[in-house]
Amino acid sequence: MTAEIGQFALILALILSAVQALAPLAGAWRTDPMLMAVGRAAALLQLLFVGVAFVSLAACYLLNDFSVALVAQHSNLSQPLIYRIGATWGSHEGSMLLWVLILAIYGAAVAIFGGTLRDTLQARVLAVQGMVGAAFLGFLLFTSNPFTRLFPAPPDGAELNPVLQDPGLVFHPPVLYMGYVGLSMAFSFGVAALLEGRVDVGWARWVRPWVLTAWIFLTVGIAMGSLWAYYTLGWGGWWFWDPVENASLMPWLLATALLHSSLVLERRGALVSWTILLAILAFSLSLVGTFLVRSGVLTSVHAFALDARRGVYILGIIAVMTGTALALFAWRAPSLKTGSLFAPLSREYAITVNNLFLLAAAATVFLGTFYPVFMDVLHGDKISVGPPYYRATFVPIFLLLFVLVSFGPMLNWKRDELSRLLARVRWPAALAGGVLIASAIVFGVGHIVSVLALALGVWLITGAALVLARRWRVGELPFAHSLELARATPLAVIGLVIAHAGLGITTIGVASVSAWQTNKVLSMSPGQSARIGGNLITMEAVRPIMGPNYEANQARFDVAGPFGTRTLISERRLYPASQTTTTDAGISWGFFGNIYISVADQNPDGGLTVRMWNHPFVDWIWAGGLLMAFGGAVSLADRGLRVAKVERRVAQPRGAGQGAAGPPIPEPGVAAEAAS
Amino acid sequence: MSGAGVTRSAGFQPALSSAFGRTGQRRQRAGSPRSGVIAALALLVLAGPARAVLPGEQLADPKLEARARHIGAQLRCLVCQNQSIDDSDATLASDLRIILRERLMAGDSDRQAIDFVVRRYGHYVLLNPPFEPETLLLWLGPGLVLAAGGVWVALMARGRSGAVDAASPLTAEEREQLARRLDVESAS
Amino acid sequence: MKRLIFLAPIAFFGLVIAAFALGLGRDPTILPSTLIDKPLPVFDLPAVRSGDAGLKSSDGAGQPHLLNVFASWCVACRVEHPELLQLKAQGVPIDGLDWKDEPAAGAQYLVDQGDPYRLAGNDKTGRAGIDLGVAGVPETFLVDGHGRVRYKVIGPISPEVWAGTIKPLMDKLRVQG
Repeated sequence: MTAEIGQFALILALILSAVQALAPLAGAWRTDPMLMAVGRAAALLQLLFVGVAFVSLAACYLLNDFSVALVAQHSNLSQPLIYRIGATWGSHEGSMLLWVLILAIYGAAVAIFGGTLRDTLQARVLAVQGMVGAAFLGFLLFTSNPFTRLFPAPPDGAELNPVLQDPGLVFHPPVLYMGYVGLSMAFSFGVAALLEGRVDVGWARWVRPWVLTAWIFLTVGIAMGSLWAYYTLGWGGWWFWDPVENASLMPWLLATALLHSSLVLERRGALVSWTILLAILAFSLSLVGTFLVRSGVLTSVHAFALDARRGVYILGIIAVMTGTALALFAWRAPSLKTGSLFAPLSREYAITVNNLFLLAAAATVFLGTFYPVFMDVLHGDKISVGPPYYRATFVPIFLLLFVLVSFGPMLNWKRDELSRLLARVRWPAALAGGVLIASAIVFGVGHIVSVLALALGVWLITGAALVLARRWRVGELPFAHSLELARATPLAVIGLVIAHAGLGITTIGVASVSAWQTNKVLSMSPGQSARIGGNLITMEAVRPIMGPNYEANQARFDVAGPFGTRTLISERRLYPASQTTTTDAGISWGFFGNIYISVADQNPDGGLTVRMWNHPFVDWIWAGGLLMAFGGAVSLADRGLRVAKVERRVAQPRGAGQGAAGPPIPEPGVAAEAAS
Repeated sequence: MSGAGVTRSAGFQPALSSAFGRTGQRRQRAGSPRSGVIAALALLVLAGPARAVLPGEQLADPKLEARARHIGAQLRCLVCQNQSIDDSDATLASDLRIILRERLMAGDSDRQAIDFVVRRYGHYVLLNPPFEPETLLLWLGPGLVLAAGGVWVALMARGRSGAVDAASPLTAEEREQLARRLDVESAS
Repeated sequence: MKRLIFLAPIAFFGLVIAAFALGLGRDPTILPSTLIDKPLPVFDLPAVRSGDAGLKSSDGAGQPHLLNVFASWCVACRVEHPELLQLKAQGVPIDGLDWKDEPAAGAQYLVDQGDPYRLAGNDKTGRAGIDLGVAGVPETFLVDGHGRVRYKVIGPISPEVWAGTIKPLMDKLRVQG
């Protein structure tokens, strides 16, 4: 019964999304407040019904209803509760439902909080959201129904893939989807602006918080994914340039660019068409990521069931959505009013260059990810693109970008001078230069890339600190005055500082662990020891154990380091239900680095094959990522960034002669013109 | 489904994410105990980033071993996802590591040793895609985007900086609108 | 000029979509064999079955035949085995290569499951397999009368693959000589 409720709710949601797609569009075109109100109502109702559907599916899992095919495939009686809940989105159909739910949440948010928007703009945004929702609800219902029944219902289900049985599973997809799908807001706003034929300050002010929200979630999602891979896979990798990882990185890069260009749009009214294009492309890359995971066009550890039919449907959605948006862009964007001008050395210009580098980086990831497909289609030859390619192309681009980052906030808007700029950054430059020279001497020129990255990390952190130092006039004013200035610092500035510093911390982590990790492989028996990374690792005991749904060979290790001793446990697990073996690594987390131990199989000579790693500063990677997200959140909290002041203009129904756009803001003379 | 000259039979379901590197279930990889190699494992301690290269596989000559590591990091483990043969536990990876070292000891250059593997497994085995006419776009693409964008941005800067100071004069219509607006505002 | 720039995104997008659409029809997991239309690499393997002659790459020259790579520890090979026995009954010449396996285990496997092979060789170290570009088992090569590889099947041979692809190819090769 629950499944049928869910099924029915989905059908209703599809109908509502179609209404949401069409009614407000007509309403905006004819400036009809009734139709536009229908759009808002439809958005809220759609959220309700998609929510009902989602809860129904979750209930089926919780109740172990094996007559629902999905539940039988991804859950079983011995599965712990948290993974039964997580299994709701652990399958293709379930995750798609989650996707649509989040889309509905964002749409409803526009309906509820969009009161300060020009009503035609709000209506058009809702319409575009509705179209996207309708497309994916259709996809769900026609090709990927989560509520398909299984007759006869088996007494017990299959097991959720053991590698996915981890608390990280419960949080990683929802967080990531909040990011991916959040970019749909940018898309909807961009297309709505093209439909309106105008982009104004109100638009930019409205878009930024949403893009920021999506960006924050994406950042956290990507960091979580990397961390999860690190401790789950058993061999200490944290980024593999896997197609699906790349699929999350590409929207992130463009979302970062969008954040910065919308800043220029809001402050100076410039980069109008470019910002709209970015908004369209960022979400399109989200869609392409969805396509990647579910179509079988590329293989990946993350890929769901490979089904060409679903791939065709999603490709169709992308072709129509993005194609229409880009066609609209080609048609309407040239007539958008371009904003004010800026000189070559100015903050706007720096942000433009920043966007260029981020675009190039995204293009690199795109090329690397999809070139095997292009090669296959054009030449029939199968090539593969692995980490070495990205190290040669992506890394240099990003290192160059990092050089710019600390200059950006130091530049004035509109116009600045080079000599003054260089004088402002002398302290960070000196510190970073010092680190560069010192590291080059200590580590040698063989590790030049990592040495450069280290120096750039320092450059980023000190550059961020410099922003505050300048603002608070440290050194110029008495301490009490600086404190006053500090208290009055806008949250947006603090957010910027935290985010850029976080980027620097991540860079240092990446550089350290890439260049200076060490590892050992050996056969150990209880009582034997080995040294790594300044620690003495002694194997204490090996014994078999039983987990809730697995049996394992468990090894305990004593790790004696400069900061004390701790115990690490590593297991080699067998999950009988799916006959899969996994390795659970023992990790000693530390500020200066991790010790990572993983055991493999028993050797004929009685010992256990043990692998141990020293990962210097690896935790800085994720700490920096979380800091970046935190910086974004701080920025988001800045009320000055969010719209409150723009008056709502209610459209009066007009005759057809008045034209499509609502009243512009603010031109009092025109309304008087029209009336007279 | 088939590619040129090759068919993969549809009767077998590709495993869902179960192959995080090691034994995939699509076909059997050689999962039998690597008894020979592991039995040779003593408490040998490795120097440097060793990944999965077992002590029993390493060459005595450190220069040759370093070359082997360097090449091994560029060769893909075909039964894993995005791992090099140096990083992977799989038996096929181990076999390839051993063969690679044999070739180096037989006097092959780096290029020849890589070609040996590519001749048997195709370009797919290279983690670093080859630099050929077909892959030109792949390798030069990023640089091209950067260059093209750079030119665009530079031109835009030049155009704009010139116009920053010179504003275009109002047209007659705009002057009237301005006058009327000022009147309206002063009146209200 | 300005208009053209604005058309660039959608033009580029059109190309990408076309490429993806075509890519959907391809299977990314199939790796092309580098051996197609090339001579079988040289190998000389000891016997699997006791008292047997073993397997040489030059064996079977003169008529198109199948070279099937299997192993006693391979589950998927057991799935394929009945089909191979069927083919043997129809008179299809099949040679076997026991990959990364002990000869005794391979021999026992053939005793237990049935023996579809004319000749069978044991590749304990897996070297011959690597020369053939084998990444897993089962894999089957179609070799023509001149010792050149003409086709490769990755995974078990199903009746469909046999009837649809391999048999027609073999018939054609037999006619061509």
